[in-house]
Parts: sequence; structure tokens; C-alpha cells
Amino acid sequence: MSATYLLRGAAPLGGDPTDLLLADGRIVAVGADAARDAGDAEVVDAAGLVALPGLVDLHTHLREPGREDAETVASGTRAAALGGFTAVHAMANTSPVADTAGVVEQVWRLGRDAGWADVLPVGAVSVGLAGEQLAELGAMAHSAARVRVFSDDGKCVHDPVLMRRALEYVKAFDGVIAQHAQEPRLTVGAQMHEGVVSADVGLAGWPAVAEEAIIARDVLLAEHVGSRLHVCHLSTAGSVEILRWAKSRGIDVTAEVTPHHLLLTDELARTYDPLYKVNPPLRTDADVMAVRAGLADGTIDIVATDHAPHTREDKDCEWAAAAFGMTGLETALSVVQTTMVDTGLLGWADVARVLSTAPARIGRIDTGERAHGRPLAVGEPANVTLIDPAARWTVDPAALASASRNTPYGGRELGGRVVATFLRGRPTVLDAVAVPQPAPAR
Amino acid sequence: MPSGPAVPTDRPTDRPGDAADDAARGAEVLTAPEIGRALTRIAHEVLERNKGGTGLVLLGIPTRGLPLARRLAAKIAEVEPGLDAAALVGSLDVTMYRDDLHRHPTRTIGATDVPPGGVDDRTVVLVDDVLFSGRTIRAALDAINDLGRPRVVQLAVLVDRGHRELPIRADYVGKNLPTSLTEQVRVRLAEIDGEDSVRIAGGDR
Amino acid sequence: MRHLLSAADLDRATAVHLLDTASQMAATQAREIKKLPTLRGRTVVNLFFEDSTRTRISFEAAAKRLSADVINFSAKGSSVSKGESLKDTALTLQAMGADAVVVRHQASGAPHRLAHSGWVDGAVVNAGDGTHQHPTQALLDAFTLRRHLRGDADNPDGVGLDLTGLHVAIVGDVLHSRVARSNVNLLHTLGAEVTLVAPPTLVPVGAESWTSRTSYHLDQVLADQQPDAIMMLRVQRERMGGDGTGAGRTGFFPSPLEYTRAYGLDARRLALLPEHAIVMHPGPMNRGLEISADAADSPRAVIVEQVANGVAVRMAVLYLLLAKEKETTP
Repeated sequence: MSATYLLRGAAPLGGDPTDLLLADGRIVAVGADAARDAGDAEVVDAAGLVALPGLVDLHTHLREPGREDAETVASGTRAAALGGFTAVHAMANTSPVADTAGVVEQVWRLGRDAGWADVLPVGAVSVGLAGEQLAELGAMAHSAARVRVFSDDGKCVHDPVLMRRALEYVKAFDGVIAQHAQEPRLTVGAQMHEGVVSADVGLAGWPAVAEEAIIARDVLLAEHVGSRLHVCHLSTAGSVEILRWAKSRGIDVTAEVTPHHLLLTDELARTYDPLYKVNPPLRTDADVMAVRAGLADGTIDIVATDHAPHTREDKDCEWAAAAFGMTGLETALSVVQTTMVDTGLLGWADVARVLSTAPARIGRIDTGERAHGRPLAVGEPANVTLIDPAARWTVDPAALASASRNTPYGGRELGGRVVATFLRGRPTVLDAVAVPQPAPAR
Repeated sequence: MPSGPAVPTDRPTDRPGDAADDAARGAEVLTAPEIGRALTRIAHEVLERNKGGTGLVLLGIPTRGLPLARRLAAKIAEVEPGLDAAALVGSLDVTMYRDDLHRHPTRTIGATDVPPGGVDDRTVVLVDDVLFSGRTIRAALDAINDLGRPRVVQLAVLVDRGHRELPIRADYVGKNLPTSLTEQVRVRLAEIDGEDSVRIAGGDR
Repeated sequence: MRHLLSAADLDRATAVHLLDTASQMAATQAREIKKLPTLRGRTVVNLFFEDSTRTRISFEAAAKRLSADVINFSAKGSSVSKGESLKDTALTLQAMGADAVVVRHQASGAPHRLAHSGWVDGAVVNAGDGTHQHPTQALLDAFTLRRHLRGDADNPDGVGLDLTGLHVAIVGDVLHSRVARSNVNLLHTLGAEVTLVAPPTLVPVGAESWTSRTSYHLDQVLADQQPDAIMMLRVQRERMGGDGTGAGRTGFFPSPLEYTRAYGLDARRLALLPEHAIVMHPGPMNRGLEISADAADSPRAVIVEQVANGVAVRMAVLYLLLAKEKETTP
């Protein structure tokens, strides 16, 4: 793997165009030096393209092991690469659940073998996601997968005592609990956001308070025990308010918002098309504006996809029978550009922060040989994503790389497109096409 | 199709009193007095053929068959003073018996209203404005069948324009009017349209 | 009109036209021979994923009186957790050449999916979906209201009229009621004023955006507003407190007794209504819970007539959907 690449005329973080030279997995030169040292490097014409550090997703469902019909580690990470990601955190709600060192190491190896992106397994907080007994958090942390993020995502750690113990326990290895905030008793049978639209269409409501009550409890718990808390897929205006208050008190809490909560609203439920069924549900226009504002002012730290692939039979049915979730890896950057950059709420340096630097830091993968979310500077790992911000494209679900088709953006025109992705100097995507990865060396 | 109109509002009607050119409105083939004379003649024929007005029921087919049936009843009652004109007349909506429902936008259903004595063992005279393909009358015969069993059913029309598609003929005809298929026969009646006239429009002439 | 999915889809003119057509249909049902040849050769499928003998036989009678072929397809017990069954069932019906599919389903929006998924070409009639809509129930209620409150000697059915100026109180479990939602839409479209009366736990969040008013006090509504009609909704046993089995294991009200005391229609409350007011119920009734026998059997109750009107209204719906050229799906 000695190929070197010269990215000519790229604009790092949207700044002045320059050249970057990638060799031996690192950025070896920037600016005039790069062209001078390029030698026989392969030249990538990056004029007009924005260069960002490789994107990091803190919230991906790769479905393997268990639901390989919906997604595999290989198909999911290939979709991730096409979306500009160089690292993804694979959620624990697989079958079997990723609640032991054995399962997390399996997922980690599958990711390494596929080669499209670094796969960081998330460990379950409780055994079997049952919310009763702590999983072997320490064993997972000390496994080859080096798990730092723990989550029962899909289910809420609703027992306050269990949540307290988990928050405390992971301090030993600088872990973080990523909470799926959903008060279960307030959301029995819930199908969509509770409000004007749910009253009309007669679908059981998922009230905002069911999310906000758990977030409020958890920030207080985190403050009490002095632990690090991460809030998954925050979706309501009230949650933004609580986060803002918690941060003003110095509580060590971070939060993510998904691309779909930045763009889509509960009005889409009027179509009864289960493509728009997701958990937490699409909220109101006011909530969308509030989470955009929260992301813009830093109350919300990162964007995470909550990429949740589902088979056709799990979506080709009546709303109530359908699975929750939508795919997002390949559309995330475009949705962020459309909702945040094109609207003037964020600059490209901010995009680098919310889609790379901050998620890497929360997942504690921002140091060492295989670090992510590092600056585009000489000596850093060559994880680079090139974006054409002027491109516009119409999403064709069949043309996406994910093994599942449940994107909510089919037929929608989005701005900005990932043109190339480099993982430690090796292209995984060039000219917006996935580059076949070599078979793993054993 | 001018025969058996079921929708009073779906036919473009010329504004009465508008001195529009005859080309657009068509050539007048029956004037108001001629319509009156034709009905008078039919009234006499009905009484002659049935040897009086006993057991007579006039069923008008909405929309324009109904006022024609009322006028006919009034004329019959003039000749036979013992008869109550209003008690002779009923209306028979045939929409739900048509064989061409699927070829048209949905038709509004009119009222069916049979005189108190019903139709059993009566002499029923169906009254319509224009006899054309005969399909409306076929539907009317089916509709009557569901209402009871008349002694005899006869048919009176103001205009017979030919082009029958079924073995049906009228017993009483106001005017036989040879037409081409591309022509339209427009019957206007004072009760609905504000004036009495029959015109022919369109065609290749 | 290509499908009938929601009462909210009907504008005033269409709704009045439907009621007028139902009136002509009702007239034919007073005859000795009730059967009409209108829909001969058409196939109507009753697709019922949920038990409802009343609604099914009403649609069946309506279709048969118009000479349509009727196929009853009871899918109850088939898997609903795997939604493929809806799609596969739809494809089966399509293969059998259904011109109309009358669908009752426990999932809100299932008829909408059927109509818009491209699985079937035929007209879809919503016969009740989850807690969403039951448009033919609203139409038969409107028909009954119009006949009793707008009709006169010359025009007993009130043909051509809407419900302007009438005030209707709908009482009970609004939260889970597709009947209430459908009636709020349709009665408002027809010009009536609707007041929903329910304990706060049985009013949906978001109902404040509806065209109706909401009250928690039945006696006050009866005394102050003097409604022209009162419609009692069925209270589902599983919504009650006490037995620990209801949704979320917590009842929506403390006990049946307390519910009846506050929201039941009994002889005393019946006496508070104006002379001309009528009492309605979509059935089946819980006598002694939301309505007492005194009220249910009083001369002002039109509950049995609602059932008869249901057939006429459903005949009108099937006629208007099927007795026309087949539209091609765009």
C-alpha cells in the first residue's frame, strides 16, 4: 500500500484551495510542498471541492450479526464510505446483542476485514438490552475492540439505579453512556409524534415529554456522579432547552441530532408511508428549527446518522406493523449541507466539528495510530473526505449502496455530494464511486 | 345523448331571450304552439286507444319526461272531467337500471314517485321527450317490473329521432324527426328551461 | 371520488350529493323488490381484518341490493405483526378482479396504504381503520341528523340541504374513536357545530386544532348549549381502570361507576335536552355504562334507524364509486 495521492486544489474546511499529499497513511505535505514532493503520486483534481477530515458516525446500525438480510458490516461500511465516513460506531442491538467481549470483537473484525471504514462497536449497557443487569462493560472496554461507547439504543436505560451504576462504572475506562431517551411507560404502542398530526391520523402518540423527562433525569444523574453522558438522537425543542441548561451548569453531557430530525417533520405521517416511521419520531416544524439552532450554537455537539436499515417486508406494510428507522449514511452530509450550510447556520469548519472532530472525541478515537477527527495537517492520519458543495443530486433509493432501501429522501433533491473518501491514505471512494477494497491480509 | 336525461344541470342550456344566432342554437323544428298541439293530439289518442281514462297512469322519465307527463295528464283531464290530473302522474327514474353506467361520469339519481294506486293492473304510459336508441325505455321497462305488474305498458314521446338499437317503438309520437347521428336534438320546456322549443343542432349541414 | 378513505376528504357539495343519493337509495328500500340491477357484474370484496359483523353485513346488504357480486374475506387471526399479509391479501384481491375493496383494519391508515400503494386498482372504501376514520358511519349519522332535524313534510329527507345551524354533542371516548374523528370532519363540512364531551384523559393531544369545541362537563353542555342531537360513543372495556390489563396498564378513568355518573346518558340528562333533540349511538351499546336503558329505548333514540340508514348510505357510496367509467390510476 505504497500508493500516494496528491489532492490538488482542495479547500480544507472550505478555506483557501491548496494541495494535500497523502502517503503511507498520513498527510505528508500541505501546500507548495505537496506538489513539489508529489513525485509519481496519483493526482486527484480537487478544484472546487471542500476537504474535511474523514467523517465519524457515532450512531450506526450495521445489523450484523443477526439481520444480514437488512445490512452487513461490509454493505453498511461501504455505504458509510460513500457518505464520506471513515469511522462508524456500530450499535449493540444485534442478534446476539453486543453485550460481551466476544460479540464486539466479532463486529470489530468484520469491519477490519471489509476495510471500508473503521468499525467501532458500541457495547450494550445491560445484558440483552433488558435493562436489568449491567453487561460486562469492562471486558468489552479491554477487548480488541476497545469499546468506549455503551448504549442500549433502541431501548432506554429507564431504571434510574441501573443508569446511575452504568454512568459510574464506565468512569474507570473513560467510557460514555449513550442514552436512547424514551420513557417507556409514556410511549406504550407509540407510533409517531404526539400532537396535531397524530390526533388527525389516529396513530398513537409519542410525546416529547417522554424524551425530555429522561434527558432531564440523566443530566442530573451525570452531574451527581460526575460522569460523562451522551444523548442519542435528540429531537425536541424542549430537549435542546434542557441540554442548554445542563451545559450552562457545567455538566459533562454531549448530544447528537440526526439528519432526518434536521429536515423532516411529522406532517409526513399523513402519507401513512412507513418510510417516515422512526424512533424518536419526526417532530414538528418548531422542533426542527430548535434542533437546527441548537446545533448551530453548540448546544448539540454532533450530527449522527442513526442509520437504521430495514428489509422491504418490514416497511412494505401498514404503518403500525412497520419497523422504526431509516437509512442515512449516504445522505447525511448532503442533508447537513442543505439544512445547515446552505442556510448559513454553519460553516465548513463547523461541519468538520459536528461530523468528525467532536464525534471522534466523544468516542475517544481521536488519539493514536488509528485516530479520527484530526486536523488536516502534516503528520496526521490521512483520513480525508472531499465534497463537491455545488453538486445537486436526486436521491434514488435503488442506487444507494446500503443493502436496504428505506431512505426517506427518495426523489428528493439534495445539495452537496461526497466525491472521494480516504481512509489512512487509501481511497475508499473516488469520483463518487466506491473503490473495491483489497482482501484482508491474514 | 338527449334521450332520457337524468341530470338536469349537466346540459348546456341557452339563455332564454338571448337573440343568439340560429346557427348556434340550431334550427327550430317544433315551436311552442306545435308542441301544445302535439300533446293535445296524443292525449286524445291515449283516451281513444284505451277506451277512456280508467286505470291510467302516466310515468314521466326525469328530467323532461316528467313535465311532459304532467301536461299530458292535464289535457287528458280536460277531455275526461272525472279524472284528477295530479293523481294520474308519477315519475320513474331509470338511472339505476341503465346498461351504460360505466361509460359516463356518475349520474345523479332522480326520484321515483308512483301515484297512490301503484302500477299493478294499470295502464301505464311512459312519457319521455326524445326516443333515440331505446335503451332508456328498456331500462324503464325493467324499473317498472320492480314496481309491480301493469296490465299494459305504452310509450309516448314528443320526438322520435330514429336510430333504434333495440326492438322498441313508441305508441304515441309528437313528431317523427329524421336525424343524422352527429346531430343533437334539443328539447326545451318552459318548466325547466323557461321556453318551449325543439331544435336540431350540429351535424354536417 | 375514486376512493372513500376519510370524511375529511369530502367537500360540502360531494357530501350533500352523497346524502341525496342515499335518500333515493333509501326510497328503493321501502319497495317490495329491494334489489336493483345497477352494479350487476361488479365485484365488491369485504376485507375485514377486525371483527365487525354489523358493518360487514351492512356493506354486504348494500352491495347485494345493487346486484354486485360480494366476496367476504375475513382475515382476522392472520398475522398483523408481519404486515406482508396486507400486501399479499391485496394482490390476491387484485388477481380476483375486485372492483371495490371495503376494508376494515385495526391499523390506522391501512386503507390509505391499500389505495396508494399500487397493490390494487379498485376503489377502496374505508370501513373503519384503527383510531383514524370510519367515513360511512359519519355519513349515516349525517343522513340521520338531516332527516330528523332538517326534513319537513314536503322534503322528509331534507334533500339538497346541509346541517347548517345544528349543534351536535359527541360524548365519550374521543381519543380512541374513529367515529368521533369522522363526524368532527363531516358535520363541520356540512355546517354543524360539534362539541366533544369527554374526560380529559380521553381527549387526544392535538384535538385543540380540530374544528370542534371540547368540554369536560356533560351536564353543563346539555343545559347551556341545548344540543339538537347527542351522540354517545362506545366505551371499550379495556380502557377502564381497575383490572390492570388496559393500554399502559393504567385506566383512563377510575371506574365504570364514576364514568357513568359524569358522562353517561340517563333519564335525567335526557330530560335536559330540548324537545326535538335526538339520541344517537354507533353501536354496539354498553347499556348501563355510557347509555341507560331509559335513554337507549326512548322514542328520541334513533339508534335502530341509524342501522337502516347505514345500508342506504353504503349503497350510495358504492354506486358513486362504481357506477362510472373506470378511472386509470395516474
